[in-house]
Amino acid sequence: MLEIRVQSQDFDAGAELAALGADGVGGIASFIGTVRSMPDRPLAALHLEHYPGMTEQAMRGIAEDAMQRWPLLRCTLIHRVGTLLPRANIVFVGAASPHREAALAATGFLIDWLKTRAPFWKREEFCSGDSAWVKPRESDDAFAARWNK
Amino acid sequence: MKILYFAWLREKTGCREEELDLPAAVTTVGELIAWLRQRDAGHAAAFADVKQVRCAVDMEFAPLQASIGQAREIAFFPPVTGG
Repeated sequence: MLEIRVQSQDFDAGAELAALGADGVGGIASFIGTVRSMPDRPLAALHLEHYPGMTEQAMRGIAEDAMQRWPLLRCTLIHRVGTLLPRANIVFVGAASPHREAALAATGFLIDWLKTRAPFWKREEFCSGDSAWVKPRESDDAFAARWNK
Repeated sequence: MKILYFAWLREKTGCREEELDLPAAVTTVGELIAWLRQRDAGHAAAFADVKQVRCAVDMEFAPLQASIGQAREIAFFPPVTGG
């Protein structure tokens, strides 16, 4: 069972974890991405833009891929868009399976592919008044490439 | 054909989406970029470095050599940075 959401409002991680429970589930793993502000370059806000339509389609494709690779019973992907403040939740990824290995591995796969294959873009607005589009990190591609077998 | 722009490509072209009649000679993503680049200074700036541009044809990622054939919409954007 897949739960895919793109939303501006916050999510309740506890409620999302509880919703991943089901008969046959023995392990639930999750990842939460949050807005990072560095002490030496404090962030006023993070703006998240996306491509409505393609975003949901890409997220569904990534989740379906995970369901084929691992014996998952449930899988949740939630991504926020709009203007977010430092420490705010950005993304929730959760996977539920009979045993922990699949849930843990699938969670890593889901966030790696979400970061490199779903059409979201971040713009950082700094307290100093300037702003910049976030550049992709090469390490993100390297992490995502691990699953290309 | 509907052309969409996101993130800094939207800022540089100055438009979110536009409906354009493409010349018959424009059949691939790469040819479309070359044609769009000649439209005005904003489009030229947006497509100045093609290596920084990604494309989706009907909401599926597409390389430069991909055919745009009967596509309904084509989107241009920077490498994704969500998650």
